[in-house]
Amino acid sequence: MEGTRDPAIVLEGLHKSFDGEAVLNGIDLKIDAGETVAVLGRSGTGKSVLLKLIIGLQKPDSGSIKIQGRDITSLPLKDLNAVRAKVGFLFQEAALYDSLTVEENVAFPLRRHRNGQTRERKDRVRELLALVGMEADSGKLPGQISGGMKKRVGLARALALDPDILLFDEPTAGLDPITAAEIEELILKLRKDHAITSVIVTHDLHGAAVLSDRLALMHEGNILIEGSLQELKHSTHPFVSQFFREGA
Amino acid sequence: MASGTFYRVEAGLQPLRAFFEWFGELGFFCARVARAAVTPPYEVRELIRQCDEVGSKSALLIAVAGAAIGVVLSLETRNSLIQFGAESMLPAVIIVSIIRETGPIITGLIVSGRVGAGFGAALGSMKVTEQIDAMQVSGVDPYKYLAATRILACALMLPLLTLLCDFSGIVTGWAVNTLVKPMSFQLYLDLGLKHVAFNDFLPPTFKTVVFGLIVGIVSCFEGMRVRGGTEGVGRATTNSVVIASLFIILADVVLVRLILVLFP
Repeated sequence: MEGTRDPAIVLEGLHKSFDGEAVLNGIDLKIDAGETVAVLGRSGTGKSVLLKLIIGLQKPDSGSIKIQGRDITSLPLKDLNAVRAKVGFLFQEAALYDSLTVEENVAFPLRRHRNGQTRERKDRVRELLALVGMEADSGKLPGQISGGMKKRVGLARALALDPDILLFDEPTAGLDPITAAEIEELILKLRKDHAITSVIVTHDLHGAAVLSDRLALMHEGNILIEGSLQELKHSTHPFVSQFFREGA
Repeated sequence: MASGTFYRVEAGLQPLRAFFEWFGELGFFCARVARAAVTPPYEVRELIRQCDEVGSKSALLIAVAGAAIGVVLSLETRNSLIQFGAESMLPAVIIVSIIRETGPIITGLIVSGRVGAGFGAALGSMKVTEQIDAMQVSGVDPYKYLAATRILACALMLPLLTLLCDFSGIVTGWAVNTLVKPMSFQLYLDLGLKHVAFNDFLPPTFKTVVFGLIVGIVSCFEGMRVRGGTEGVGRATTNSVVIASLFIILADVVLVRLILVLFP
């Protein structure tokens, strides 16, 4: 595996502004296939925007985003959707469809992208729900389950198309420590079993350290520093020191 | 001094700019929805679900509203017609006024309230909870799956709901009429429909397709452009109803004139 690592995601000179206010200010980041990178930073530094740019939900003002070698910034929608099929996204609040049951939520991407029989689809949904421990609640609506359960279902939906890349937007935010640990365990299991490339946006230093191979700290719209937790902790940069001191 | 005047003028022009921006964005939205609607694959299942949502779930409300209109028309016009010695014209007045104008406009306004508010709120909350983003990530065009199906369902269901409103109003108009002065339903219909021509029925019924398009487009547009969390959802819901109702009334003015010109 190590010998065949190609960059799964390459971001070069990404700029993004909203109403004249720069949020991303020339970000460069390379993530190898199978690698897990945690993007840290204060609230409002553009971490979630970065994820939305990677999946093509927003367009950068300038710069390029290469997913498995394809620059998605200029792709037509059809080709962009083909790239998106290889990328799973776990939203901060899971973003489950209110009107669909847990089972239908997980089946949604499968119905769109795979022409298989209903039986195959149901088996796949059952398999995914079993993976995240939600098979007993498949008939419930999102309004009837807890925040942690929603995250599990969101994760099952993100995995539905066997993605090569997973993007996590604050996967443990708003969860109690036990549920957060369960979600972290699930993500670690995925890493171990599927060798998926992951980008995890989080505030949670502990989670970032446990889940990722590498950390990237964002500050003022850019990646201020990258490296292992130890490397970042030993940085003498005032903001990095403060971030780790306050977050410890 | 000059810069102060400039800023005051610019601040004064702000609402005007917002007005034109709104129409510009609406134009882009319509173009995007139209393109999505004609591009395969077609969302037939979702369209049928939305037709059920707009049609059968509004039916009772429309029937009750139509019934109330029939009662009011019967009560209000009876005395006036008696004064002019034209009591025998009562069935015709009720039926023609319901079919030509009251039925279509009441149906449009009620659907604007029930369905427009529902679409604005539902799409708005989908937007703020990132469900629309999740849909795009799954490779589904929300302009097709969410907007085009809802707009089309409104356009298809409005004429049917109008027929229901017309029928309900005509029946209760007869019921109230016959309580005061007994008359068979057959005679009531014969007297009323004697004055109804093709042009009195089809064009006013089919003009509600336009009302349906207005309700669908305005509410989906307002819902899908929500900003600012739950407060934004509330604003979108209100705007959906207010703007759609206003546009229905304005469109009615134009359509009535157009029908009079095309079907004299």
